[in-house]
Amino acid sequence: MLDHVPASGCDTRPILRERGQREVFCGLTGIVWMHRKIQDAFFLVVGSRTCAHLLQSAAGVMIFAEPRFATAILDERDLAGLADAQEELDRNVTRLLERRPDIKLLFLVGSCPSEVIKLDLHRAAQRLDRRFNGVRVLNYSGSGIETTFTQGEDACLAALVPELPSTDAAQLVIVGALAEVVEDQWRRLYAAMGITNIAFLPARRAGDMPAVGQGTRYLLAQPFLAETARLLDARGARHLPALFPLGAEGTTDFLRAGAEAMGVGAGRFAEATAAAEARARAALEGPRARLAGKRIFFFPDSQLEVPMARFLTRECGMEAVEIGTPYLHRAHLAAEMPLLPAAAMLSEGQDVERQLDRCLEARPDLVVCGLGLANPLEAQGITTKWSIELVFTPVQGYDQAADLASLFARPFARRDMLRV
Amino acid sequence: MQLTLWTYEGPPHVGAMRVATGMEGLHYVLHAPQGDTYADLLFTMIERRSKRPPVTYTTFQARDLGGDTAELFKRALLDAAERFKPQAFIVGASCTAELIQDDPGGLAATAGLDVPVVPVELPSYSKKENWGAAETFYQLVRRFAVKAEQRPATCNVLGPTALGFRHRDDVKEVCGLLARLGITVNVVAPMGSTPADLTRLGEASFNVVLYPETAGVAASWMQRNLGQPFTRTVPIGVGATRDFIAEVAALAGVDATAMLAAEESRLPWYSRSVDSTYLTGKRVFIFGDATHAVAAARVAREELGFEVVGLGTYSREQAREVREAAKALGLEALITDDYLAVEQAIADAHPELVLGTQMERHTAKRLGVACAVISAPVHVQDFPARHSPQMGFEGANVLFDTWVHPLMMGLEEHLIGMFREDFEFNDQAPSHLGHKAAPVREAPPLVEAMAVQPVAAAVLDVPVEPRWGADAEAELKKIPFFVRGKARRNTEAFARERGVATITVETLYDAKAHYSR
Repeated sequence: MLDHVPASGCDTRPILRERGQREVFCGLTGIVWMHRKIQDAFFLVVGSRTCAHLLQSAAGVMIFAEPRFATAILDERDLAGLADAQEELDRNVTRLLERRPDIKLLFLVGSCPSEVIKLDLHRAAQRLDRRFNGVRVLNYSGSGIETTFTQGEDACLAALVPELPSTDAAQLVIVGALAEVVEDQWRRLYAAMGITNIAFLPARRAGDMPAVGQGTRYLLAQPFLAETARLLDARGARHLPALFPLGAEGTTDFLRAGAEAMGVGAGRFAEATAAAEARARAALEGPRARLAGKRIFFFPDSQLEVPMARFLTRECGMEAVEIGTPYLHRAHLAAEMPLLPAAAMLSEGQDVERQLDRCLEARPDLVVCGLGLANPLEAQGITTKWSIELVFTPVQGYDQAADLASLFARPFARRDMLRV
Repeated sequence: MQLTLWTYEGPPHVGAMRVATGMEGLHYVLHAPQGDTYADLLFTMIERRSKRPPVTYTTFQARDLGGDTAELFKRALLDAAERFKPQAFIVGASCTAELIQDDPGGLAATAGLDVPVVPVELPSYSKKENWGAAETFYQLVRRFAVKAEQRPATCNVLGPTALGFRHRDDVKEVCGLLARLGITVNVVAPMGSTPADLTRLGEASFNVVLYPETAGVAASWMQRNLGQPFTRTVPIGVGATRDFIAEVAALAGVDATAMLAAEESRLPWYSRSVDSTYLTGKRVFIFGDATHAVAAARVAREELGFEVVGLGTYSREQAREVREAAKALGLEALITDDYLAVEQAIADAHPELVLGTQMERHTAKRLGVACAVISAPVHVQDFPARHSPQMGFEGANVLFDTWVHPLMMGLEEHLIGMFREDFEFNDQAPSHLGHKAAPVREAPPLVEAMAVQPVAAAVLDVPVEPRWGADAEAELKKIPFFVRGKARRNTEAFARERGVATITVETLYDAKAHYSR
């Protein structure tokens, strides 16, 4: 159905809302990058064999001697009586923490089955938190019935927000898991403007999470952090609306919002960022030559689709056919939506069969989709880009803009090379 | 509740998917929450299938739970019928849908479809992937197979599925063998068959069971109800292939004398050739699904002259077969689905070669031991571009190559021994084998923690571990590294038996003399 929804800002484009089979990961997948980000945290999923299988299939777990995530697999005995399940959980957590004294933060992660049987992980986390000195125990849900893919990160960060210490000091907090290389680049850029009271959520270690409060102004580095933002607002922090930091344009707008909030003038901001922005634009010329004029189609996946499409159309000269996203957060995308090309169809939610029909009908030059769909589309002669790479690769900021464009350009480069 | 870092088998509905995806004309409607669609990537990425698995997921969300998830299931089923027009459906629930008890089978029965619907109930909280595949295939066979007039010298080939370890190549190899024996293959199932094909299963006079994990239950039912005997020998290795030929020839009433008289595989000659002497008594640790583990033990022992120092499986359903095979080798079988327990057992057994799954490949890499993969769970590497069966005579050739190549060549071993005093030759020298030269154990913290013994036991009644004297330690270093671990173990065992507290150079050579007798 096509709805005319008055979106915030001046964007009033029709949005196709779909409800059907959704070919997306659940929020548990976020553990794959969150456990790399917070280096002394452990993620214990309370779920089924399916959860464990999903995580190892999505993460290629075997590369780790011992990953910092695991699944406590529920069995028939646990389902028979909930009191037992709590005791079993205590036993497993005790065993785990005895083996891993390096762990300072433990997340009990709810799953579809634990949510359906209403296993109270919040109570469990509070109890275990009291029992283990020096280990913070928190909980959130990464279940597929409540979260889609990247929303697992939102749920994880949202669990951290109430635990953060309080401060009324003026500071800038950048929210969303980012590669360290990106964090360091931005610290340097802000330092050049004289801003040093800057922090990142999540921090690399559990003990280094930032304090928040009335003086906190925060930037969302990712478009999928709705709940985290809501809880930060409740702590008195204020959101700085901006484009998301993809591409030169997005990065400049993003960094400028932070600079303005911290009282940095336009001249000083331009002085600090001009060289990096120019370098980003120059580096984009190579991939742009390959991407310009090509038609792209997004299947819904990471919620990064809207800013990604804005970057690819405005800075790489691509045409967007359909921009599918699992969920459209209108407030957080208010700056992005008006920049999307008028001809692009925006769809929210999914009916994968109907979307495949539209895709095959449109014959785009490039399709961004999940791993389950990529090879079947390639077999029909349609070039694809795995969307999961977009969340595992550092793509934010000036010096990653060309890397991001190259992720989309590489499938074309390969097609051109092959003679088989 | 079981703490699991990594699992050998997926949930049972993934087993059902392996059956459905291997077949044509069958569609699976799975009542499952959003996220369970991850399973598609196993088939499209690992197996590089060019089509999506024939599975429709209802992908319900929290908001649907308050409403009517049963209605959602019915709509998904009707949409799938309209869009895919399959010959038949299987319907079922994943772990979460099992909890909400919508009864997909009952709902499908009232949906008014004009094609057969087979409900598969797979208990997610007690069973696993292989069980799910076996149960699904059994339900399909029960539903579609009917007693028919049997054609002589005709068989069905049962067991191959999508995502199976070398199933694609094994089927080709075994069907080739059967054709040369003059035996007609009626239906290969589940992989490659349609529901309509399953209705013809009864026309065969016997069944060939390639993978008891997936086809054992169905074959037993067909024996009882359709009067079709089935094969018990899995043709992995030269000996087993010859036994298999004799077995099918007897069942089909054909003469296999000529085929058995010919030497069809290169393995026997390669194994008897003089260079293979160095393979004698190589310590090998074997872990995998029951079929491949048991078969590998026989090949290792009888056809390559290895010493099997460990044998185990993650399939509890077939544990009995593995226990028997282990007992015949004087071993106790390791039956576990905890890969850390397997890693510990491998470390304790000090093998020179590990034959295992992809997980054991990683474990062996960490331990610095050579390894070859013999069993599922599969990895993209287990779908090689070339024909690479495990079964039949060509399969035996493949086993020889893939198990022997990770080990050092015999001549090479002599040369290294000769030049071991050379300054360029030492334990730290880089190896072309790609693994660490010295088997230094880098245990992950979890294993170390588990390895800690109660202190009291060591004080009270455990015999004192012999210590190495400095001279003996220096002498030990002169022994080539690839036999040093064995020399160290043997010497320590020798000293322990005799209550020697400090190992001297004399103890070392006494032990050497003792063990070479």
